[in-house]
Amino acid sequence: MSRLDGFTTRVAGLPKPLKILLWVFLALFAYALPLLEPPLISTPGTDFGGVLFTVTMYALVALGLNIVVGYAGLLDLGYIGFYAIGAYTVAVMTAAHGSWAFLLTIPFAVVAALISGVMLGTPTLRVRGDYLAIVTLGFGEIIRLIAVNSDWLEGRRGIPNIARPPSLELFEIPHLFWDGWSPLMDPGDTTTFIAFGVLDQIPYYWMGLTAVIIVLFADRLIKDSRVGRAWEATREDEDAAELMGVPTFKFKLLAFSIGAFVGGLAGALYASRQNFINPDSFLLLTSILFVAAVVVGGQGNRWGVIVGAALVAYLPERFREFSDWRVLVFGLALMLLAVFRPEGLLPPRRTVRAKQMKQEIDALEKGTDEEEPSRA
Amino acid sequence: MPDDSTVASEAPTTVTPGKRVLEVDRVTLKFGGLTALDDVSFHIDEGEILGLIGPNGAGKTTCFNVTTGVYRPTSGHVRFEGDTLTGKKRYQITQLGIARTFQNIRLFRSMTALENVMVGADAQHSTGLFHALFRLPRHRREETQGHDQAMDLLRFMGIHKAADELAANMSYGDQRRLEIARAMATNPRLICFDEPAAGFNPAEKQTLMNLIRQVRDRGHTVLLIEHDMRLVMGVTDRIVVLEFGRKIAEGTPAEVRDNPAVIAAYLGVDEDEAS
Repeated sequence: MSRLDGFTTRVAGLPKPLKILLWVFLALFAYALPLLEPPLISTPGTDFGGVLFTVTMYALVALGLNIVVGYAGLLDLGYIGFYAIGAYTVAVMTAAHGSWAFLLTIPFAVVAALISGVMLGTPTLRVRGDYLAIVTLGFGEIIRLIAVNSDWLEGRRGIPNIARPPSLELFEIPHLFWDGWSPLMDPGDTTTFIAFGVLDQIPYYWMGLTAVIIVLFADRLIKDSRVGRAWEATREDEDAAELMGVPTFKFKLLAFSIGAFVGGLAGALYASRQNFINPDSFLLLTSILFVAAVVVGGQGNRWGVIVGAALVAYLPERFREFSDWRVLVFGLALMLLAVFRPEGLLPPRRTVRAKQMKQEIDALEKGTDEEEPSRA
Repeated sequence: MPDDSTVASEAPTTVTPGKRVLEVDRVTLKFGGLTALDDVSFHIDEGEILGLIGPNGAGKTTCFNVTTGVYRPTSGHVRFEGDTLTGKKRYQITQLGIARTFQNIRLFRSMTALENVMVGADAQHSTGLFHALFRLPRHRREETQGHDQAMDLLRFMGIHKAADELAANMSYGDQRRLEIARAMATNPRLICFDEPAAGFNPAEKQTLMNLIRQVRDRGHTVLLIEHDMRLVMGVTDRIVVLEFGRKIAEGTPAEVRDNPAVIAAYLGVDEDEAS
């Protein structure tokens, strides 16, 4: 694990053009991943493109939730509510009560989620810590129960025939297949660039990945500014932040709304890929999994939460044959994580630095009687 | 805020003698049946260092919390430069020009020293989500201004070498200095120190007192809470003495030292008070 920290520090130390190049390659590799279908990584039991799409949805949700939980320190257990609002907005507008084009409904979906975030946040962000978690937990359930009980939202039957994204059938891209360890081109198995159909899930993955990349950029720009500092200060000590001139309530509400916005976006994309949604798509357990993705990955670090999301979404699909053991393994993994890596797999670099400093000081104290080197 | 272009990059330096910065006017504060402050009145003139002293539990910190907006007075008014603070939010009071440090250090521990001070500087800024997201000129201007001001203050406090250090990792003394720098970054006209020398040895206390004078010389008016009498005598222009929530004396250090009520309060009957 310490090798992981060393890696991130080394990457951060590279010159800028090299870093950009590295990121471009990483992005290209990510886009090409479902075509390469690398052995061991690829999922034999399920469609690899579909699994990757789920991973991008979790990553998107984790990024949004990370702003709320990781940056602003607000534990939101009902994040699935925003996801559901995004999904239902698309479903209602394209299938149940209208026939809008999918792309036109995305702005409505995210704005609906955003408004619900403001509406939930305005009264509830005055409570802190555990109480906020309980209130948001209730919110997630309320949204689901509204969907269950509302005839207008088709109740338990759900809404079928949700619009798909527009297709642009430009060219065919062949897949690779692997004969042992040697890759071979498979001309019979191609993906159309870019056709959103029923069978081939890869274009949906590309769509999800693009959304993840855009949100990543925006996340970075916002975090590295007065807004990001205000969030962090609020999380560290809300009273002190307020007395240093930070309008903490305003910034908490902002974090909550941005989180809701991203959650709504994820829900909209999910609904379109799924083609059908009903209230059972938005269970409390999924909401907990979202939080787990953030915590496992390392709250406060955007790359950490993506890793967390990838693990939470991918591992159960990769090891489907052990799916009976899924919850047990997941529980054990969380316990091990809590013991050995309480800040998550990939915590923010500064948390790592603080820990290293503490270890150095401990070592000094345990060591010889030499005086600690004092700082001028 | 429309007037963001007039944000001063330096602390205000003009001092009009005799101008009242803060007026505490017959403030009473009750917590249930307990009267923490009883009809307390005093004022602070621009450019002076006012000491607020009293034995433990006299209501010093409570008084302090009323002036910085943490508590609302049950009756009476606190006026800052003529405007009442009643009904203002805490962050608004800071933005108006009152900053404070804490008796128990309350830094943003997972942020670097520089970032801590920049949060203070942000009190004068108005960059919002969209400015940051699209890297608009205001974001860049305020970011540069905040960074420069923060570095300047860290240098002033002598902790600029630790600018990239996490606040949690700094030594106790440096953390206290960082708190002062953070408070100064909000460009306050009145800066309130709540027992800034707590935990310092006599030599460090002396350095700190010199520093407080320098803070005043940069154009800030200072309100200082301290129960170490010798220190307060050395640095303040005027002193207000509280005991059991009431003001028992006010005057120059020499006057206060000879005041029998003060002597009784400090040296008097209770062993508990000797600190």
